[in-house]
Amino acid sequence: MNIDLVKRIVLPLLVLIVIIQVWSGIAHTVEDFPTPSDTYVAAFGGINEFDDEVVGVLSDPFYIENVDDKGIFWQIMESLKRVFGGFALALIIGVPLGLLIGMSKNAQYAFDPFIQIFKPVSPLAWLPLLLFIFQDINLTAISTIFITSIWPIIINTALGVKSVSEDYMNVAKVLQFTPMEKVVQIILPVAIPFIFTGMRLSLAIAWLVIVAAEMLTGGIGIGFWIWDEYNNLAYHNIIIGIIIVGLVGFLLDTIMGLIANYFDYTKKGRA
Amino acid sequence: MSEFLSLKNVEKRFPISGKDDYVAVTDVNLEIKKNEIISIIGHSGCGKSTLLNMIAGLDMQSEGSIELNGKKIRGPGPERAVVFQNHSLLPWLTSYQNIEMAVKKVMPELSSIELRARVEKYISMVNLEHAKDKAPGELSGGMKQRVGIARALSINPEVLLMDEPFGALDSLTRANLQEHLMRIQESVKNTVIIITHDIDEAVLLSDRVIMMTNGPDATIGEILEVNLERPRKRVELQHDPEYIRCREAILSFLYEKFAKEDE
Ligand SMILES: Nc1ncnc2c1ncn2[C@@H]1O[C@H](COP(=O)(O)OP(=O)(O)OP(=O)(O)O)[C@@H](O)[C@H]1O
Ligand SMILES: [Mg+2]
Repeated sequence: MNIDLVKRIVLPLLVLIVIIQVWSGIAHTVEDFPTPSDTYVAAFGGINEFDDEVVGVLSDPFYIENVDDKGIFWQIMESLKRVFGGFALALIIGVPLGLLIGMSKNAQYAFDPFIQIFKPVSPLAWLPLLLFIFQDINLTAISTIFITSIWPIIINTALGVKSVSEDYMNVAKVLQFTPMEKVVQIILPVAIPFIFTGMRLSLAIAWLVIVAAEMLTGGIGIGFWIWDEYNNLAYHNIIIGIIIVGLVGFLLDTIMGLIANYFDYTKKGRA
Repeated sequence: MSEFLSLKNVEKRFPISGKDDYVAVTDVNLEIKKNEIISIIGHSGCGKSTLLNMIAGLDMQSEGSIELNGKKIRGPGPERAVVFQNHSLLPWLTSYQNIEMAVKKVMPELSSIELRARVEKYISMVNLEHAKDKAPGELSGGMKQRVGIARALSINPEVLLMDEPFGALDSLTRANLQEHLMRIQESVKNTVIIITHDIDEAVLLSDRVIMMTNGPDATIGEILEVNLERPRKRVELQHDPEYIRCREAILSFLYEKFAKEDE
């Protein structure tokens, strides 16, 4: 067996052991802090420290008790729906706007100051305002994600357009391409890898933001679920929530990365 | 003698902030005949590219006029195809697709069968059948440049403009491409304007060599007629008195009359 592969499996396991040790240490010092084994039982079911039989959070992630009481799978789906809703909206508006800013100096001058000012604002700062406008949890969360996602998409799209080399544009000029042909045949192929980089960044931030946004808006969703478990004093579920959020975020990023590579001509042995 | 491509009192100034304009080239007068092969030679920075870009329509002259078939050139167009120094193939398309894109745009009336036949014809003209489905990133420098030439020729231009097409290549590949170009030219008989730094290349390829003085205010210094029969054979030419005369004329122009100290 390949020695590198062994290292890739063994070394993280060593770190995992250290993490569990530290975690146990904290659980012994902080009162009511869940131990790793409590958390395991809470996640997958079994007999807890009070000798009670419990059903794990992950043993039945698909249950639906009523609208407010659903399994963890549905909580995640709810959050993902909002993330992708806001993300899709940001794409639909951000990509054309980025193309425009990249292609036109005037558009760049017009929009750049606002992008610079709004980009550093935490999307959560918008949340109260959005809640006031929409009076609806879902719309508020989606529009928060929209505001989160749009900046990296605009900026990277514009950057992609700017990186189109003068030579390619000269080819287009000699062939007398229409503006539309220039966009489709020259600018987009160059810009697409940049757009996907922007999308990947956006999606990662959106997933960060949704957890916090849902804690504030309440209702349903993985963020609110974690907050709810805090209110229920079910601290082990908070830890489970954190791990799940991490895994889902990792999965999202990996999938986005694969899609991005698929569309990136420079990553196909073509330079 | 039909006036095919004519440059009259052409001048190009570049604005420089806070100073007077930089006059790159001035007072350029040139008549180019149909099917003539012209090379432009001169020291770096004398305005060769500037001149070619104005003929291509990628840049506008500040004074004077450039006419093709009696019509003023107002912008770029496919009747003046350009082969760029750095090939400028689109890296996300294969060789075939790069040529296809150009033919499709310039000859939209072609059926898909005719389109295919045309693209294949120009690919085989540069002997690249084996590389037609490769992306530019997978080709050698010489092969890329051949695709660039095929792309330029495939749209049936009236003038082929080449800005140091072989400048980035090693001397063996360069010689090979010169042979390619001469062979193609035998059958296609285009009007060609080729910028070069290479004296042998200029003499070997052209009917006339335009020698440019140094900038600023660069202009045409001398025009040399190359009276050599075609097809020309590189090896045989080495001892040909006419070839030697032409070489010496260019050498003396570039290194005696208009030598550039800072090179
Ligand atoms: N856009 C521009 N703005 C200002 N000056 C320019 C511009 N383009 C070219 N020049 C100047 O005009 C002169 C001629 O440039 P050009 O590129 O035509 O030279 P060249 O003969 O092609 O040189 P080389 O052999 O190095 O390619 C140079 O001095 C250059 O600095
Ligand atoms: Mg040049």
